[in-house]
Amino acid sequence: MAEEKIRVLIAKPGLDGHDRGAKVVARALRDAGFEVIYTGIRQTPQMIAEAALQEDVDVVGLSILSGAHMALIPKVVELLRAQGQEDVLVLVGGIIPDEDVAKLRAAGVHRVFGPGTSTREIAAYIRRAVAEREQASHAQQPDDPGQEG
Amino acid sequence: MARGMELDPLLQGVLRGDRRALARAITLVENGAPLATPLLRALFPRTGRAHLIGITGPPGTGKSTLVSGLARAYRGQGLPVAVVAVDPTSPFSGGALLGDRVRMGKLSGDPGIFIRSMASRGSLGGLAAATSDVILVLEAAGFPRILVETVGVGQAEVEIARTAHTTVVVEAPGLGDEVQAIKAGVLEIADILVVNKADRPSASRAVAALETMLHMGQGRAHPVWHHGQLMSLEAPAPSETDPAWEVPVLRTIATAGEGVEALHRALERHREWLWETGHRERREQARMARAVESRVLAVLGRQLRQRLPGGDLAALVARVSRRELDPHTAAETLLQGLTREPPPGA
Ligand SMILES: Nc1nc2c(ncn2[C@@H]2O[C@H](COP(=O)(O)OP(=O)(O)OP(=O)(O)O)[C@@H](O)[C@H]2O)c(=O)[nH]1
Ligand SMILES: [Mg+2]
Repeated sequence: MAEEKIRVLIAKPGLDGHDRGAKVVARALRDAGFEVIYTGIRQTPQMIAEAALQEDVDVVGLSILSGAHMALIPKVVELLRAQGQEDVLVLVGGIIPDEDVAKLRAAGVHRVFGPGTSTREIAAYIRRAVAEREQASHAQQPDDPGQEG
Repeated sequence: MARGMELDPLLQGVLRGDRRALARAITLVENGAPLATPLLRALFPRTGRAHLIGITGPPGTGKSTLVSGLARAYRGQGLPVAVVAVDPTSPFSGGALLGDRVRMGKLSGDPGIFIRSMASRGSLGGLAAATSDVILVLEAAGFPRILVETVGVGQAEVEIARTAHTTVVVEAPGLGDEVQAIKAGVLEIADILVVNKADRPSASRAVAALETMLHMGQGRAHPVWHHGQLMSLEAPAPSETDPAWEVPVLRTIATAGEGVEALHRALERHREWLWETGHRERREQARMARAVESRVLAVLGRQLRQRLPGGDLAALVARVSRRELDPHTAAETLLQGLTREPPPGA
């Protein structure tokens, strides 16, 4: 009966209205077996963090093209932390200059996927990273009977 | 996913209205985690006061857009609102694309609103198996109105009528043959009928078709879960103390917010009718009968599957596929084996 699914929020922060890429990723992740919550375009960091909280997701995937990534993405990470979701994986997809990739990583983004990354690679990354995080959280809690699965 | 968690803080969090605790509790319940049972048990005494509203209808008719408008109408009334939006799980991958939030962006930033998307996880009928338990958690968290959007399956979504107090069926003009679109039990489950997308030219035809069908179907009946079967109980003849509910047919343009106020008023009227006439208790009894029964059946089913000797089963199935044995005889053979065996642990 007990069944756990990896839940992924896909959101498109910023003002540009193109969500083709985000939708392609959302569908591909569904086809990889994840439960994908798609929130659509023009999402503010507050909207994204709120949805991540209510949906209790494991992963937040942000698709961004507008160049406003440095203004928006660290804010999402910050809000997630402030609401106790520091263990949520934050992934970014889009065209991001190398120096900004380093800055985003430093701000707490787990991984930046450039254009042309295969959706299969993204799905595999998520599966691996969520499993590792589960292990780490079990290791921190020796008293945990580990029976939630 | 459920990571290291204890019952007590979670329980206190839910009762306090802590949104993170609430979201976590829903995940546990949805996953059928071991903590779910004690949690639901402890929360149950705090439930039973909310008005549970089901929003159902064919795909794309505007259910989510209407839910968003309705939630805002309730907020205008000062009431907190929870939304549960169910979308289908892909039978091939086990994944799901939950997109109802796209139409609910206007609700964000309001601490009086909580939206949760749910995948159907293999259950048919428009809801997930855990939807009614998720509703219990939201009730205990103090939401007086809970809106449940079903998967748009276009068939008789009877499941929602067994889960909600009030069922709103949302149709839209231009779904092809109007009569075709409103077949299969929709009139039995609808407490309120909505023709959304009334900005479209054929809206009047759809309204007329629905009204005709309503008047033809006399003797208002509501599906009731009775001794393990879905039955359509004839409503008792209306009287002065027990007035009948007249199913209204409303037109809305959800995208423009038109007609949403009228729908909100109709819902509040239906709530008063349910609460004042005793129909609420009847529906509540049917809901709880189902809640108990579904648990018993789930546990029995699991126990039986565990006790089925896997090797025997495979061997019998092989013989059936070779046409050496018919399925009836195979089933009887297995059942005889089960009744002879002592229950596990005995
Ligand atoms: N013209 C018109 N379009 C509408 C109206 N209400 C909703 N829509 C549009 O219809 C489409 C589907 O709306 P949703 O609210 O997502 O419909 P739904 O029934 O929730 O869809 P599913 O959950 O996929 O079954 C969207 O593009 C809406 O903008 C309306 O009153 N008039
Ligand atoms: Mg919808």
